Amino acid sequence: MINLEISQRHEETFTQVMMLAEHMMRPYSRKYDKAEHTYPAEMEEVNKLISAGRTSATGKPKGSLPEGSVVNGGNMGSVIGLFGLCWGDVGLFLGMPGSGLGNAAITAVGTPEQIKKYGGRYAAMCITEPSTGSDSANISTTAVLDGDDWVLNGEKIYVTDGDRCDTLVVWATLDKSLGKAAIKSFIVEKGTPGCEVTRLEHKMGIRASDTAAISFSDCRIPKENILGSADIATDAEGRKKAFGGVMQTFDNTRPPVAAMAVGVARAALDMARDLLREEGIEVCFDKKPTNSGAIEAELAQLEAEWQAGRLLVLKAAWMADNKMPNSKEASMCKAKAARVGNHITLRCVALCQSLGYSEQHLLEKFARDSKIIDIFEGTQQIQQLIVARRLLEKSSSELK
Amino acid sequence: MNEAADDLLFDLNLTDEQRMNRETMQRFAAAEIRDLSLRVDAGETTARDFFPATAELGLTLLQIPEALGGAGMTRSPVSNALILEDLAHGDLALALGATSPLGFVNTLLDQGSDAQREKYLPRFCDGAFTAATTALLEPRATFEPSAPNTTATPNGDGYSLNGCKSMVPLGMDAELLLVIALLDDGKPAAFVIEGSPQGMTRTAEENMGLKGAQLATLTLENVQLPNEALLGDSDFNLQRFIDLSRLGACALAVGTGQAVLDYVIPYCNERVAFGEPVTHRQSVAFLIADIAIELEGMRLMTWRAASRAERGLPFHEEAYLAKIFCAEHAMKIGTDGVQLLGGHGFTREHPVEMWYRNLRAIDTLEGVASI
Repeated sequence: MINLEISQRHEETFTQVMMLAEHMMRPYSRKYDKAEHTYPAEMEEVNKLISAGRTSATGKPKGSLPEGSVVNGGNMGSVIGLFGLCWGDVGLFLGMPGSGLGNAAITAVGTPEQIKKYGGRYAAMCITEPSTGSDSANISTTAVLDGDDWVLNGEKIYVTDGDRCDTLVVWATLDKSLGKAAIKSFIVEKGTPGCEVTRLEHKMGIRASDTAAISFSDCRIPKENILGSADIATDAEGRKKAFGGVMQTFDNTRPPVAAMAVGVARAALDMARDLLREEGIEVCFDKKPTNSGAIEAELAQLEAEWQAGRLLVLKAAWMADNKMPNSKEASMCKAKAARVGNHITLRCVALCQSLGYSEQHLLEKFARDSKIIDIFEGTQQIQQLIVARRLLEKSSSELK
Repeated sequence: MNEAADDLLFDLNLTDEQRMNRETMQRFAAAEIRDLSLRVDAGETTARDFFPATAELGLTLLQIPEALGGAGMTRSPVSNALILEDLAHGDLALALGATSPLGFVNTLLDQGSDAQREKYLPRFCDGAFTAATTALLEPRATFEPSAPNTTATPNGDGYSLNGCKSMVPLGMDAELLLVIALLDDGKPAAFVIEGSPQGMTRTAEENMGLKGAQLATLTLENVQLPNEALLGDSDFNLQRFIDLSRLGACALAVGTGQAVLDYVIPYCNERVAFGEPVTHRQSVAFLIADIAIELEGMRLMTWRAASRAERGLPFHEEAYLAKIFCAEHAMKIGTDGVQLLGGHGFTREHPVEMWYRNLRAIDTLEGVASI
């Protein structure tokens, strides 16, 4: 039965997360925006509370649900939690010790042994290389099997949490001449000889999050640390499937990243509405936009765009929870939420004029933080490409 | 377990009944509406015979209580939104006309008195199409639906109505009309008008689009109505009526937007330029991707507000936001639909120019298609 309100249980989660965000993250937003690359020690406590909440939420017995029952589970819980945490601070969330994008990959495609061993670690994701951004099938980092070890060589950049994490999930090719099908991902423990953090980026926003460059030179890891099979598919179907498996991770990670945009945009809207209220401007949702003042009309329009982004994220997460293929919807929500998230934060700065632009408030920071969300985990244009290919039934060689 | 069972979950699954009903509506829209819509729009024929044919859909019958001759189902704003969406996939104008009686019935069920329901609703249960409609819009720039200028002045025997209503669907033929006016104390009220009482003039409109909806202007000059014509036993909740109508307009926009998407995909895939289908170009493909993305946003916002209405939760803000979102993006979809067909889109050989003209109305439509 159609119902687009989140469940009572998730509503409670959200309320708790918002408390954390307001009292334990927001007070440090400016501090770590200024002190780039400084370890946000205060976030350890936040992370503990979140992890505890997550454990109790998933600790419920599941077996009793009848076949075909609707599930509002981990995927929805995750995006709803992120709405709140990224309302608090998207940079602090990304830099929060404990859990990174690599964790999602391990959970999605890891063997039970791998999940047992690495599920609780702090895992970052190493995909991008200096000359390979969105074109992730074109990576050059190599993995060669030598006895019982894989030997990794190459350079990775833009590794979120790359400095603070204890584990890396690294994309590497077994044989570049074989294209996508030869790309596999590997679990590398930090501290493994040959694996070195070489640089931290200075960024426009999300400065609380460390973004590292990591090099691998003859870095040896155990044979069993490959995620998925080591076989390289030879036929077209198999090749497609193999890389599809790697890309499938994104179906799980795109809605959460989109949720970050929803969170930061909400933060900007709340703050802008507070500042405008002090000037007697309130958006009341009464008159039609064409009959109201420009600021009221724009606020209402921003609220509407925000709602659309939020609902698209919830839908994609709901599909994942209910085991429906959601590749198209994951990209749709990422495209929409990220672009409106950026638009909203920028417009909120403009609507509040010099107060918006001033570091006295956080609006300018939200507008800097939000831009990256329309870039990482697949740019706006990559999402449009994925959605278009699905709609038009085009292959990547037809619709490039 | 009980706690979990009581907790209503986020869910986008239709009920079995909704699924079956959607199939019926979609079949009907494809077979009976799409082709006709182009001919009606071009003025080659009228929709006069079409509306009686929609009686087989039983649109008004379902939610009328059994005691009054209906099927006795609970009124479901979500199911109603789905009906509007599916019929509008055939054509917005004909869907608007065909569901105008539904808007009238819904408002009577929602806010009418028992006596009024008993008097009027059985007329919608005999298997024939009863033309009925609702009238809120007025012909002036800056019109605000919560503040109509039409007045209802109490006098000895009832009320005297004065004012002008525009864009009234089925306005020429409707035998029952619900007209919104303001009372002397500034409170809004709705009046049931039967037929054409003295002082009421109906004038057929010619508009940019929506040709099939038989839109008309009603002028009311000292139209005398009995006390019983005043809808409901208590104050008329105009905002609620506006909100439920906005969701109807949104659902119509979603259906039409889906029609645009479903049309441009095969067209652009087949259209070859520079040696390959135009959809091999990102500039074309991304326009189509964005239609799909925004359309899904429109649909989810509409469903959310409708489901809140269905559950008895406040839904004013959600309906307001859904309406402005749908109005904005429906027009963008209409515009891009034409653009994607290039010069062909501008000709009347293809329906996209009609959808463009029809979708311009979503922003303007108020007080019709109440779900």
